[in-house]
Amino acid sequence: MHVTFSEQELAFQSEVRAFFRDEYPEDIRRKRASGIDLPPEDQVRWQQLLHAKGYAGVNWPVEYGGTGWSPVQKYIYATEEANANAPMVVPFGLSMVGPVIYTFGNEQQKERFLPDILASRVWWCQGYSEPGAGSDLASLKTRADLVGDHFVVNGTKTWTTLGQHADWIFCLVRTNTEVSRRQEGISFLLIDMKTPGVTVTPIILLDGVPEVNEVHFDNVEVPVENLVGEEGKGWTYGKVLLQHERTNIAGVARSRYRAKRLREEAGRSAHGAAPLREDRNFMRRLAALEVELKALEYTELRTLAAVSAGKAPGPESSILKIKGTEIQQALDTLYMRAAGYYALPFVPEQFEADFTGTRVGEGSEARTALRYFNFRKASIYGGSNEIQKNIIAKHVLGL
Amino acid sequence: MDFSLNEVQMMLAESIEKFIANDYNFDTRQKIAATPTGFDTGVWSTFAELGWTAVPFSEADGGFDGGVEEIMVVMQRFGQGLVVEPYLANVILAGGVLKRLANDAQKEQWLQPMIAGELQTALAFAEPQSRYELADVVTSARADGDNWIIDGHKTYVLNGGTADLLIVPARTSGEAGASDGISLFAVATDSDGVTRNAYATVDGLRAAEVQLEGVRVPAAALLGDLNGGFAALEAAVDEATLAVCAEAVGIMRTLTDKTVAFTKSRVQFGVPIASFQALQHRMVDMLTACEQAQSLLLWAVMRYASGAGDARAAVSSIKYLVGTSGQTIGEEAVQMHGGMGVTWDLDVAHYFKRLTAISMLFGDADWHLDRLAT
Repeated sequence: MHVTFSEQELAFQSEVRAFFRDEYPEDIRRKRASGIDLPPEDQVRWQQLLHAKGYAGVNWPVEYGGTGWSPVQKYIYATEEANANAPMVVPFGLSMVGPVIYTFGNEQQKERFLPDILASRVWWCQGYSEPGAGSDLASLKTRADLVGDHFVVNGTKTWTTLGQHADWIFCLVRTNTEVSRRQEGISFLLIDMKTPGVTVTPIILLDGVPEVNEVHFDNVEVPVENLVGEEGKGWTYGKVLLQHERTNIAGVARSRYRAKRLREEAGRSAHGAAPLREDRNFMRRLAALEVELKALEYTELRTLAAVSAGKAPGPESSILKIKGTEIQQALDTLYMRAAGYYALPFVPEQFEADFTGTRVGEGSEARTALRYFNFRKASIYGGSNEIQKNIIAKHVLGL
Repeated sequence: MDFSLNEVQMMLAESIEKFIANDYNFDTRQKIAATPTGFDTGVWSTFAELGWTAVPFSEADGGFDGGVEEIMVVMQRFGQGLVVEPYLANVILAGGVLKRLANDAQKEQWLQPMIAGELQTALAFAEPQSRYELADVVTSARADGDNWIIDGHKTYVLNGGTADLLIVPARTSGEAGASDGISLFAVATDSDGVTRNAYATVDGLRAAEVQLEGVRVPAAALLGDLNGGFAALEAAVDEATLAVCAEAVGIMRTLTDKTVAFTKSRVQFGVPIASFQALQHRMVDMLTACEQAQSLLLWAVMRYASGAGDARAAVSSIKYLVGTSGQTIGEEAVQMHGGMGVTWDLDVAHYFKRLTAISMLFGDADWHLDRLAT
């Protein structure tokens, strides 16, 4: 029983650490440190640097240009990435549709889509949820009717994150309504956002940011070659994708970084106030959170060890999703409390890259409440935490 | 990175699992717990014969050369079997002090017979006023020629009623509460001036209030250095804390499994109550708490074994988690068993009581969280 890294793993750690130290652009680093939003072009520039280094396809097999890393290497990478406070990779291409295409797509699709995804030349977004299909995703109504060599798509997708920047969208659509189970008759379709009949309307979230969108499809013609895998099997493909998504959502390495930062900041005086370290209530909350986080870190490591031994990530990823998001949200609460009154200004423009006015508050403290509000989404997206509990109840406990 | 047990640990695990499956069912356990001494001497001899009492001692001491990992392997399974035999009191607590401080003669006199299952021992780590502070030792020892005279009151001495030998922390210098100035003495329980009031505890174990009035012991009863006993006392209690956390994790798993199985078989309103979402999500929470506690236990044990600077924080972390989520699992298990859950006949109630006792032993969740919140 041990959690030490092998010499090769330590060498890999040094290599990754050196990359983040030397090749993480200073301007992006500075923006991240002061809570400034990254414009899409910075995001793409960063992902292309990762690609140049060979780090883009973290979960991808080598034959498709991925890293082929072992679970331990992925853990090391996630830790170094978090400790550098590097931007999160936009997951829709690299973490979601990419794996679906290389797992279930045909050769033509692989050749056509994978290189652009890996090189972040094409921005993808996700079309799963609908206004009438949230947790009950299988009730989705967007339909794709085969007419000649085209599907004609009609319907509305929602909660499409960063869809305003997207070039392509992957969708779950209903291609057959004459089915005995609702999970059948759903297909996985790739749609060019520039196709006539696609319109995007923003949804403003409670922090004032148009982060998500509704995407409307009005008689949108989609070539039949954009169907991934078999017609009617989309639900199965989508589930595989969601298991990857849930493991990523846990964000253990990011939370560790944020907890460590918070403990450091608690030792310092801000605005001339006594350091939070002297506040027993605050420190007890932080300590309790650190205990849960350490436990989750080892739950993740145990999952990784099982995956290394050849087991697929199964419904246990739901435990990581639940605990991971609970901890993220608890951290958000603590950051907000740490900021005190300075959590409360609603001046989002001061976190835009071109802001020239006078900032309120130090660092990113005036973002803490906004982040707290924004990340209430964490226990809702990727299948709400209640849905995760249903999954565990059924597939792990056999209830 | 490897979380699996090695071959020797696996064999140890299997031998304990086999014993519990074949020879230690709940009825047997209840009969043993109801006897005056609260444990079975035949079972205890079996533990010694199978080498389990030798686990955390060096080969030189006649042991198995095991550490906290092996203690975890044993205690997690004792938790699942709800074992009442005084393993913690003898092997982890008294043994933990003796292996650290006893000289060769003392080991031969006390440690070896304890490992052989022939001597019952106890560590008197608590006093009425001390609550969970080990250094709060008021019991005193003063030199009288070549002897020591000990006076004081020890409380909740686990296995104290049956013990032949008590290890008694006593103040030989310094202020109350100071860790310096505490010395450890081996005191035969048949010494003049030792009065014991033995009692059962809520979890089916046995403890005793022990009065020491002018108890005279020879110089050879001093374990380790004069005034320097605290570090060994603390180390033994740290290991014991990890041990009961492992036991608790075993109990948490058992309670979760039993609750899931029960709700699948219990029919109300014409359906198994496991079909109710109100219960399903709570059982998922129990499972999640089990996994989290199992994970943190592995971390804490490895951290402690590595001798890292934060070993003490590791102990407090797992004790805090067990004290909070473990207690919740116990309460939920009882609740979901309905009326049966609050009866003496059902094993679930007794697992719950042991978890509750563990939650307070060596510091409750609040006490340990305080140590972490600095």
